[in-house]
Amino acid sequence: MLPILEAHNLVKKFNGFTAVDDVSFAIEEGEMFSLLGPNGAGKTTTIAMLSCLLAPTAGEAVIGGHSVTRDPMAAKKIIGVVPQDIALYEELSALENLHFWGRMYGMGGAALKRRIAEVLEEVGLADKAKQRVKTYSGGMKRRINIAVGLLHRPRLLFMDEPTVGIDPQSRRNILDSVKALNRQGMTVLYTTHYMEEAQELSQRVGIIDHGRLIALGTQQELTQMVGQMDALRLHLPEGQEAGELIAALQALPDMRQVTTADHQIVLIVPDAQEAIPPVFAQADRLGFKIRSVEIEEPNLEAVFLHLTGRALRD
Amino acid sequence: MTKLIAIAWKDLRLIFRDRAALILMLATPFALTLGMGLITGAFSGGGSSIPQLPVVVVNQDGGQLGDALTQLLTSADLDDLLAARVETDETAARSAVESDQVAAAVIVPAGFTDSIIPKDADALSAPAVAIEVVMNPGRPISAGVVRSIVEGFIDQVEAGRVGGQVAIGQLLGSGLIASQEIAQMAQQFGQEQASLAGEPLIRVRRSDVAPEETNDFNPLLLLAPGMALAFLMFTVSLGSRSILVERRDGTLARMLSTATPAGPILVGKIAGVYLVGVAQMFILILASTLLFRLDWGDPLGVIALVLAAVVGAAGWGLLLAAVAKTPNQVANLGMTMMLLFGILGGSFFGGALPEGALGRLAKITPNAWAMAGFTALARGGDLTDIAPDIAALLAMGAALLAISVALFSRKGFLQR
Ligand SMILES: Nc1ncnc2c1ncn2[C@@H]1O[C@H](COP(=O)(O)OP(=O)(O)OP(=O)(O)O)[C@@H](O)[C@H]1O
Ligand SMILES: [Mg+2]
Repeated sequence: MLPILEAHNLVKKFNGFTAVDDVSFAIEEGEMFSLLGPNGAGKTTTIAMLSCLLAPTAGEAVIGGHSVTRDPMAAKKIIGVVPQDIALYEELSALENLHFWGRMYGMGGAALKRRIAEVLEEVGLADKAKQRVKTYSGGMKRRINIAVGLLHRPRLLFMDEPTVGIDPQSRRNILDSVKALNRQGMTVLYTTHYMEEAQELSQRVGIIDHGRLIALGTQQELTQMVGQMDALRLHLPEGQEAGELIAALQALPDMRQVTTADHQIVLIVPDAQEAIPPVFAQADRLGFKIRSVEIEEPNLEAVFLHLTGRALRD
Repeated sequence: MTKLIAIAWKDLRLIFRDRAALILMLATPFALTLGMGLITGAFSGGGSSIPQLPVVVVNQDGGQLGDALTQLLTSADLDDLLAARVETDETAARSAVESDQVAAAVIVPAGFTDSIIPKDADALSAPAVAIEVVMNPGRPISAGVVRSIVEGFIDQVEAGRVGGQVAIGQLLGSGLIASQEIAQMAQQFGQEQASLAGEPLIRVRRSDVAPEETNDFNPLLLLAPGMALAFLMFTVSLGSRSILVERRDGTLARMLSTATPAGPILVGKIAGVYLVGVAQMFILILASTLLFRLDWGDPLGVIALVLAAVVGAAGWGLLLAAVAKTPNQVANLGMTMMLLFGILGGSFFGGALPEGALGRLAKITPNAWAMAGFTALARGGDLTDIAPDIAALLAMGAALLAISVALFSRKGFLQR
């Protein structure tokens, strides 16, 4: 079977700055594929080229057999785009927005009305559809932003960080709808900088950093890159300066990597069980309290750490 | 084609939901026409000054704005228009209206200032408290005058609040002058008009106008189209500005992602600008016809002239959007254009063009051509009389449109 999307050596330069650097990947029909990368990695720029909004500096992409550079109109018909920045008319109601965007997709009449009712149901906002978008919460706006991208039943849906900056409940709702859409057969290209989302949603993940696709594969394949390592997550009480402890932990034998973020320290070690006693001993010696410890299987966070030496979220 | 209509229709809808825009598009030109008309004596028939209108003011506000409005109504500026007295008792004021002692009562409720200028962030969402104008049904015109003055005041407050161009604080900090400016400006224009009263207000190009007609020519027939045209220039810049707003907000990119080529999108946006301008003109014309009983002249001529005038005006609006980099720049350029063209094209002076070179320069404004057309129609001309004006407006619009589209495509708007 032919992939529904193929990106071949995509490059995008902005005045000499390379935002996307030789990115190649393919997505099979029906697949849910995540592009995982930190801020500024080049996710949005990649999506913009794939949705024919930005001409690649070099390289090519083919969507449903249509080149994005030579036959963009045919390629666009296949895709639905959910942009990272909410693109709606705030002064119009959700219903009016959907109606307008439906007409832009060439729909109309009773078919459009029915479809609007369906997508509103899918994103769970049917009861609030008559309100102006500007009265919505951030999460509701994001859900309407998604609904617009679904109107014309695209075979391939691009979702660019659709959960950024919203409450956990809306986020849950969005992740569940994405999974439901995929189950119904829609192919999804999902970008995120949340490791958990990529982990929950997709079989295959591409990791992008500084414009380069640094890893690509199933989650299993990716975590195997880290080797048989465990991750040990220490939760510290708030307001403690952990620098001293980190230095001490780094000095322990068998310690592969130590990173820290939000009162947490993540240790990569060959065997978590063995590492715990000396870690606690060091904390005790330096007078640090450890609130709790989690042992984690190697995850995408660890993969990113392994490949770049940096945490995904800084 | 349906996409094009969808875009234009959506733009029309968006503008009519924008309160600040509506105030400038519709309320302000209407209020200025009314205010200037009053002072020029357009309503009193013979051109003599109208007697003072009795009005009573009840200020329960206790804030800056309530005081400012009371001051305005009782000020020396409005002395020969209004005989205002200040009351503390609301019921007494209402019964004064009922017993026909006064033409209207203006009641500023408690908390008016606070609802406009919130003391703290929590109060921001508090509903606005409205000023009440109790109108004497027996004296509709006099009461209408009072109401229009209050509306003018509120427009100023709104413009400061919504437009964000003049912070309310500044407005008030400058000694509450701003609220009086409307009246002063109107008076000034009125005096200018009055001093011209001996000679014709405008040189008329048509020779077939009977002299008697010129004599009792209603000055509103010069003021109303002038104001409408001046503010039309604002409207077209606002409409064109939305092209840059859509680019900034990502809705343009989203339209492009729907397999709609850039060409039709741009045409849809241009159609939106045009539609909004036409709607504004017809609303203003209709309102003045109904409320002031103005006779604009041959309906066919008026319709054709409006359609042509908006073509010329839209051309200028699009040009601004095509040269500007940000929506803000378009807004500023649009305001400047409105004032400049309004003055140059005689819109604020009943169509009188400047002398000499400036007068020739005025021919680049849609205002001058359209004003000449409206004047001719009001004096009994028909479609053939205004054909040259219509032709000039259409040619102007076509040329500006071509330049604007070329500029847009050079900026990459028409790529894919
Ligand atoms: N139009 C542009 N001109 C110049 N530089 C740009 C432009 N668009 C993006 N960039 C740069 O390209 C890089 C990649 O940006 P991009 O928006 O694709 O990242 P991203 O992965 O989507 O990040 P985020 O998670 O913040 O959305 C960034 O360094 C950005 O500053
Ligand atoms: Mg992005």
